[in-house]
Amino acid sequence: MAPADEAALKTSKPTTPAVGPRPPIPGLRRRQLIDKLSAWAITAVAFTAIAAVVLIFVFVVREAIPLFTDAEIREEVTPMGMVLPQPWKEGAEPSFAWQPVSTRPKYSLAPLFLGTLKVTLVALIFAVPLAILAAVFSAEFAPRRLREVVKPAIELLAGIPSVVLGFFALMVLATFFQSTFGFHFRLNAIVAGVGLGLTIIPVVYTVSEDALTAVPRAYREAAYALGASKARTAWSVILPAASPGIFASIVLGFGRAMGETMIVLMASGNAAIVSWNPTDSVRTIPATIAAEMGEVVVGGAHWSVLFFLGALLFLVTLSFNSLGGWYVARLRKKLGGIPA
Amino acid sequence: MNLRIVPVLAIASFLTACPSPPPKQQAGGTDAEGRAAGRAPALTVKGSDTMVILSQRVAELYMAKNPGKTVQVTGGGSGTGIAALINGTTSIANASRPMKASEKAQVLQRRGAPATEYPVALDGLAVYVHESSPVQALSVQQIAAIYKTEITNWKEVGGPDARIVIYGRENNSGTYSYFKEVVLEEEDFAPETQTLPGTAAVVNAVSKDRNSIGYGGIAYGSGIRAIAVKKDADAPAVLPTQENVVAGTYPLSRYLLMYTAGEAAGDAKAFLDFTLSDEGQKVAETVGYYPLPKKEAGTAPAIPSEDAAAGE
Repeated sequence: MAPADEAALKTSKPTTPAVGPRPPIPGLRRRQLIDKLSAWAITAVAFTAIAAVVLIFVFVVREAIPLFTDAEIREEVTPMGMVLPQPWKEGAEPSFAWQPVSTRPKYSLAPLFLGTLKVTLVALIFAVPLAILAAVFSAEFAPRRLREVVKPAIELLAGIPSVVLGFFALMVLATFFQSTFGFHFRLNAIVAGVGLGLTIIPVVYTVSEDALTAVPRAYREAAYALGASKARTAWSVILPAASPGIFASIVLGFGRAMGETMIVLMASGNAAIVSWNPTDSVRTIPATIAAEMGEVVVGGAHWSVLFFLGALLFLVTLSFNSLGGWYVARLRKKLGGIPA
Repeated sequence: MNLRIVPVLAIASFLTACPSPPPKQQAGGTDAEGRAAGRAPALTVKGSDTMVILSQRVAELYMAKNPGKTVQVTGGGSGTGIAALINGTTSIANASRPMKASEKAQVLQRRGAPATEYPVALDGLAVYVHESSPVQALSVQQIAAIYKTEITNWKEVGGPDARIVIYGRENNSGTYSYFKEVVLEEEDFAPETQTLPGTAAVVNAVSKDRNSIGYGGIAYGSGIRAIAVKKDADAPAVLPTQENVVAGTYPLSRYLLMYTAGEAAGDAKAFLDFTLSDEGQKVAETVGYYPLPKKEAGTAPAIPSEDAAAGE
């Protein structure tokens, strides 16, 4: 750096404390400045991520607001019309219907919410026991060497692109389930739920495994000292002690499953039916947004409704993920295990 | 760590409350002519949403080949395009249905020249069943009843005793709109209709499901069979072969049309000729329509509208 620049730096930073009575180290100010700037830059990068989340939320909500304020849109869809069953034809029984492209567009949210919940529950019922048992095995029973194979292998599942899992569910799982159980709908909540389960197994497994290994050694030693078998210890001591962490893993899995799009879009059949039967075809919120966003009138009622759905989904998954993440962090601190 | 997001979110939701609602943009804007007026004379093509992609692609190619020419394509629906032709705000109206006699009369009255119709491509869809299905033919009314779940068992239409599984397309596709318009006559699909992205997905689903029915572009795939369609219960059953579609005997097909007031001239004629040229017809094929049979293509076959002439 030229001496003139050095001088400029000195004048611009008059408050920098002198480094004692010793003669100043050459270039120290400059290095301090670079240090400070780098720290700022890194902080800025970190905040960019948060800013992105905030901006996405702002954008999504902004597009949904006309649903409540725009008179033209309110003529086509009202908040009440989205929530309560409506008599869609003269003299017809009030019912829920999702038919956004129609002479009279119908925007009931109930079939979509029900569908999302149904698929998510099937995914949890399928994935949670598998993942937790796998976690118990690798934390308590597996020899160290085997554990080093099992753990990365399960976590590798998380790396499979969801479109590949969706294709697998569509082509393999659907055929298998239909030929085994003879479902009326080849693509249904069970097929999509199992496909979805494959994506949440690694989430539930990793967090549960961490929770199990974080249980203090003293618990195990105490159980063994009382004469408990290995299985007894795992079942009666370790699992209950790790239960908050396991609960958190389920919450995280729930959030992940709810927002997943591609698998359900491909394997659920996307029929907006109102029923609790898991063998019926379902239409979920993420799949609806993905399928319909392409051709809607920008700024129209359908557009706003889709953004409204997006905002709701965002809030639900964010709150579940935050809750789960917070729980995991607290647990780790409490048990003094692996630092968060 | 995640907890820190919460106050940030609170700020975010506060911020969203502040800005004024976004400017509303309508796709397929109706102000295209207004914008065009300011610039060098642009050819405007307006109408059928089904034909927007076709016209847009052809226009891109046409503009690339003819530097300095501008073609503006907008949608809005066949009715919108015809209305614009009547009002003189568009040079060419795209329509996926023939003009009504009353509309032709209006064109003649307002524009002083009869509407001229140019078929530019053929659009059609097939109804498929599993290849093992004994059902060979269905009438349009039966198909509609199946898609409204008024008929739920194959035995009601001459098949085995089995529940019908229905597949359709997503509601953003032109095929969906066409089926809804022509077969269901604007009534809603039953909620049980499973919607899939793309004709290929429907073909695949039907090929794996013995008791299913689906519709889509006239495609050929293994494991499925396109059924013959009867216009009504007494009409002959017609298979969706290219000859039948081109001959107009297959009930689920239609001409895609362009209209001009009077015979097309100047830029409009150049654009129409390009649409009907081999290149333009190839575009029609790539976006999923049928090219016109050879004798019709090549030169613009100006068919001065008979009704309008009769009204004179």
